[in-house]
Amino acid sequence: MSAPATPRVAVFKMASCDGCQLQLLDAEEALLELAGAITIANFAEASSAMDDGPYDVTLVEGSVSSPEQLEQLRSIRERSRFLMTIGACATSGGVQALRNGRDIDEYVRSVYASPGFIDTLADSTPIAEHVKVDLELTGCPVDRGQLLAALAWLIQGSVPRPPTTPVCIECKRRGYVCVMVAKGEPCLGPVTRTGCGSLCPGMGRGCYGCFGPSQPPNTEALAKTFLELGMPPSRVADSFRFITGYAPAFREAADRIEREVDGP
Amino acid sequence: MTHRSVDVPVVARVEGEGALHIRIDDDVITRLELQIYEPPRFFEAFLRGRHFSEVPDIVPRICGICPVAYQMSAIHGLERLFEVEVPAGTRELRRLLYLGEWIESHMLHVHLLALPDYLGYDDAIQLVRAGFKDAVERGLRLKRLGNDLMAAIGGREIHPVSPRVGGFSKAVAARTLRAFQPRLEDALVEILEVADLVAPLEMPAFPRPAEMVALTHPNEYAINEGSMASTEGRAWSVDAYEDVTHEIQVAHSNALHSVFTDTETPYFLGPLARVVLNEQRLTPVAREAAARGGLGLPTLDPFASMAARVVEVALALEDSLRLIAAYEPPDPPSAAVRPRAGRATWATEAPRGTLYHRYDVANDGTILEAKIVPPTSQNLRHMEKDLGEFLPGVLDRSDAELTRLAEMVIRNYDPCISCATHFLRLDVERV
Repeated sequence: MSAPATPRVAVFKMASCDGCQLQLLDAEEALLELAGAITIANFAEASSAMDDGPYDVTLVEGSVSSPEQLEQLRSIRERSRFLMTIGACATSGGVQALRNGRDIDEYVRSVYASPGFIDTLADSTPIAEHVKVDLELTGCPVDRGQLLAALAWLIQGSVPRPPTTPVCIECKRRGYVCVMVAKGEPCLGPVTRTGCGSLCPGMGRGCYGCFGPSQPPNTEALAKTFLELGMPPSRVADSFRFITGYAPAFREAADRIEREVDGP
Repeated sequence: MTHRSVDVPVVARVEGEGALHIRIDDDVITRLELQIYEPPRFFEAFLRGRHFSEVPDIVPRICGICPVAYQMSAIHGLERLFEVEVPAGTRELRRLLYLGEWIESHMLHVHLLALPDYLGYDDAIQLVRAGFKDAVERGLRLKRLGNDLMAAIGGREIHPVSPRVGGFSKAVAARTLRAFQPRLEDALVEILEVADLVAPLEMPAFPRPAEMVALTHPNEYAINEGSMASTEGRAWSVDAYEDVTHEIQVAHSNALHSVFTDTETPYFLGPLARVVLNEQRLTPVAREAAARGGLGLPTLDPFASMAARVVEVALALEDSLRLIAAYEPPDPPSAAVRPRAGRATWATEAPRGTLYHRYDVANDGTILEAKIVPPTSQNLRHMEKDLGEFLPGVLDRSDAELTRLAEMVIRNYDPCISCATHFLRLDVERV
């Protein structure tokens, strides 16, 4: 009789800061417990063992940013049963998507003396724009509790549904004083999905959108409030075009404000 | 002519993505390229046009392992330009936050990235199954302490949210920090046990000449401020960083390489360089950790880097206890900031070495130009040099063994390739 098969898990990285996969290493004791229930088939940051698959659950961190990554991603998808993207880069292009719509050749020239050696795509894009994704976990970084819970669900073969309610609800639940009402500080909490536990308002400052747009986000009303707080329109647009600025709802909000500034 | 070719597609247990190509013709290395293929993310380009107040939320995203380093180099530089007088206690709280990052990053490196090499396993999970459960758990406990300190002060350990130009958005309560005292006391005992674990590990001997570089400070082990010094007697202020060193681009890498401008020679940054250059500033338990960890000072051997990380964690624990005992929350938590036009430059000591930032700012606080020189990109040229000098002595080994040794040479630097913009793929061609 053969031993019961343990789910095979792989972790891959595209363009990113490594912070989301670090959440796995930061799980420490839980990581060791989890490691007893799964086979880590490929996790280059943590292990020299590198198995070509197939995998039961694959985690992908980072955005698609070069032609080589796009090719690698398609190959990873073919070898994966469940594919979960983790973090702001993988789910909305990340902070590096701030280059999207800009002159990429000028960007390359501004950083490198010999731009000819650099192979890059014009836009930094989320994984789901290129392959089928079974579950997206947002956040910059992804929340460790959400990540471990989602992994536990997936290795048992079911897909969880993380909450999409706004940070505001979480602040009310925790009894936090509203930073926008009390201090006049611009806060993306009304349009950003929860996941962080209202971290920024808890630390006395406005939310800056790490977990991406909530459902549904009333960005128009919030932009109006920011303007009323005395924020210049260009900075109101910038506040949406930030860590998760390439997520459609935030991108449209920033574009709309910029169009209004520029006039018809 | 005999040709030997080995292909190892990924160098594991480093942060970020890269590859190593080696070609050997008749037992001589004829080509050696450390290739950084992680695509560029263009931080310096998209920082242009952003408001200075957004910089502490943008730059930590360069690296999830050392976000505080990026925040600190940026914040200090901008505050100096704007002539901000930060509230009393801010300097101490920032040092404590940074010490948390050193503890977290060094303990991650020693236990999860480096230790498997020296004990002959693929990863720390195999170590646990092979009987090193207590050692790995102790390492993770120490790492957790660093993480928890960062989370207490910054809100979270990866991309903290409270640091801002002017101070903190909220100052942690004194009783929250005092609650760390018993854990720090226990950790001071445990870090010496880690030194005892590291001391007997069999390391290759590689005492090659190297010019080591670090920040130095007259009164403390330099982290957030100081001036630059090298083991060859160079000394310069951070303002002169871009004159004394400069970056060059090479065809095989997406990361820029750094050299001294006058001699075109590479330099060596990181924990070992800091311990060597700041030996007088080591605290008592740090000295004991050096003695028990087998770190004879001064040394030029890069394989002593693991012991140097243990020594720095001992120092960080002691220093944290001192800072926490004297802590009073800065009140108010931050000072008002009025931007003005000019150039902001600053360097701090990231876990992997000196991190230099420069910002050109407009009168209204808009960033006009940004330049960020991370420690790993400064170390890349020296990594190639080490490989070129170390590998000829071990060419008789199998391809698998050669790969393992090459990775160990690279791992001495704890390279953060995401920072350098950019996992390692080893490709050995033997002719």
